[in-house]
Amino acid sequence: MGLTNAAVSIKAVDAGLTIKKQSETDRVVALAGNPNVGKSTVFNSLTGLNQHTGNWPGKTVTNAQGYCATAHHSYVMVDIPGTYSLMAHSAEEEVARNFLCFGDPDAVVVVCDATCLERNLNLVLQTLEISDRVVVCVNLMDEARRKNIRIDLTGLSKQLGVPVIGTIARRRKTLDELMRGVDHVIDAPPAGRPLCVRYPKAIEDAIAVVEPVVTRLTDGRLRSRWLSLRLLDRDPSLLAEIDAYFGEDLLQNEELIAALDQAGELLAAQDITADRLKDQIVSSLVLAAEEVCMDTVTRQRDVYNSTDQRIDRVLTSKWAGYPLMLALLAVVFWLTITGANYPSQLLADALFWVQERLTDVFHYFGAPEWLHGMLILGVYRVLAWVVSVMLPPMAIFFPLFTLLEDAGYLPRVAYNLDQPFKRCHACGKQALTMCMGEKWMRVRNKTLPAAVRWQGA
Amino acid sequence: MIETTCLSQLQPGQTAIVRELRATGSMRRRLLDIGLIDNTPVECLGRSPSGDPSAFLIRGAVIAIRSEDCANILTC
Repeated sequence: MGLTNAAVSIKAVDAGLTIKKQSETDRVVALAGNPNVGKSTVFNSLTGLNQHTGNWPGKTVTNAQGYCATAHHSYVMVDIPGTYSLMAHSAEEEVARNFLCFGDPDAVVVVCDATCLERNLNLVLQTLEISDRVVVCVNLMDEARRKNIRIDLTGLSKQLGVPVIGTIARRRKTLDELMRGVDHVIDAPPAGRPLCVRYPKAIEDAIAVVEPVVTRLTDGRLRSRWLSLRLLDRDPSLLAEIDAYFGEDLLQNEELIAALDQAGELLAAQDITADRLKDQIVSSLVLAAEEVCMDTVTRQRDVYNSTDQRIDRVLTSKWAGYPLMLALLAVVFWLTITGANYPSQLLADALFWVQERLTDVFHYFGAPEWLHGMLILGVYRVLAWVVSVMLPPMAIFFPLFTLLEDAGYLPRVAYNLDQPFKRCHACGKQALTMCMGEKWMRVRNKTLPAAVRWQGA
Repeated sequence: MIETTCLSQLQPGQTAIVRELRATGSMRRRLLDIGLIDNTPVECLGRSPSGDPSAFLIRGAVIAIRSEDCANILTC
């Protein structure tokens, strides 16, 4: 039957990513989460400057790895792209899913936004289908408190069956607690089984037909329930990964083909087409998240509290929206351009003073004029100019921009500008324009990782 | 009988319940991912200065959706 030992022992793909361990005993922890939940801040605070960035192989998605240690273990933290789901609709989601499934991390931390936990639980529930060793990090607890949202972390942990830890990424103590949770998951396997989302009966029946075959074929190396569901779903990008992982075409197996056919008939009898199957899977996840939150999250008032709403109304109003936006950006540019003149002048003075001293040294030793001209008037002088002209504006602009980003103004800009952008065909068909903020950030993250690290400092 | 309309008809301040998602392809999946399934309450919070897109409160999160996509979300 199926898989030979040789094929099983050699892992054909490990999600393609090279994990750089500092020592053999380093445990690998994947850091997953929705976009804009402060995942980068958590990552930066945990790993400090002890990190390196690169790309996911074959994808234009950045990857960061960093190191941190607790009293018990040392860890390699792998930053997974921010996604809402693991159903692989985009390059980011594909990368995230592949690493969680095939990268074999020792634990997964899912970072959530405490102010909209319900939406974030979608990803948590999907992660729980893939791995038992999950820690849920409910970030932005301070923000939630400000908005009068109470979260019963103990109750949530009981319902999900995995540790749930509330954090404020800027407070080191809360992150220490998060890492204690990771220690716990790695040392002591969870007492009970984590929450398992139940699907409508027809889908469960179909899973029941396929799962035993999948369990036998895969030797329990992947979660068979999850894999069965994906096989029923016939997600082509995943099927290719699975084939690479097992080193053979799983879908050539006759037993599996027969089981999938039988399950397909069951679904067809209930009038569940491929599209409806996807819909029902997602709906079940959303409803499960709603149910979990019903008992554990209490809002004293509406989440979107009135002060925020009033500010938003002004920032995006018909009359004040554009002028305010232009004024704000003008202030940022003015501060950058005018403000940079002073440090620029100081830097230039200092660096050119050094140039004169260097010239003195050259003359003292009687160095030939061509050497002095090349090294001092050429190399040094150009460098001095570039540093004194370029460094101050960057050191002013990026922190200011980060400030706007942290205040959440960028998605509002995207919201205000969607229509004009669309007229220029600038961002194409993109309905959830709030995402444009994320896009911009991603571009910025890619080109200037230093700016992102300042955020964590 | 309850009148069915689409999300683009919703005025700022009004709330409606999602009845049917007519969007297809990747847009459908995006909308489902943000929790826009049947029976989900949606509140319209406002419109962009240029009139489109509009901002909606969906399951505790503020999300902007263009009117052309709102037309494919039936509500009552």
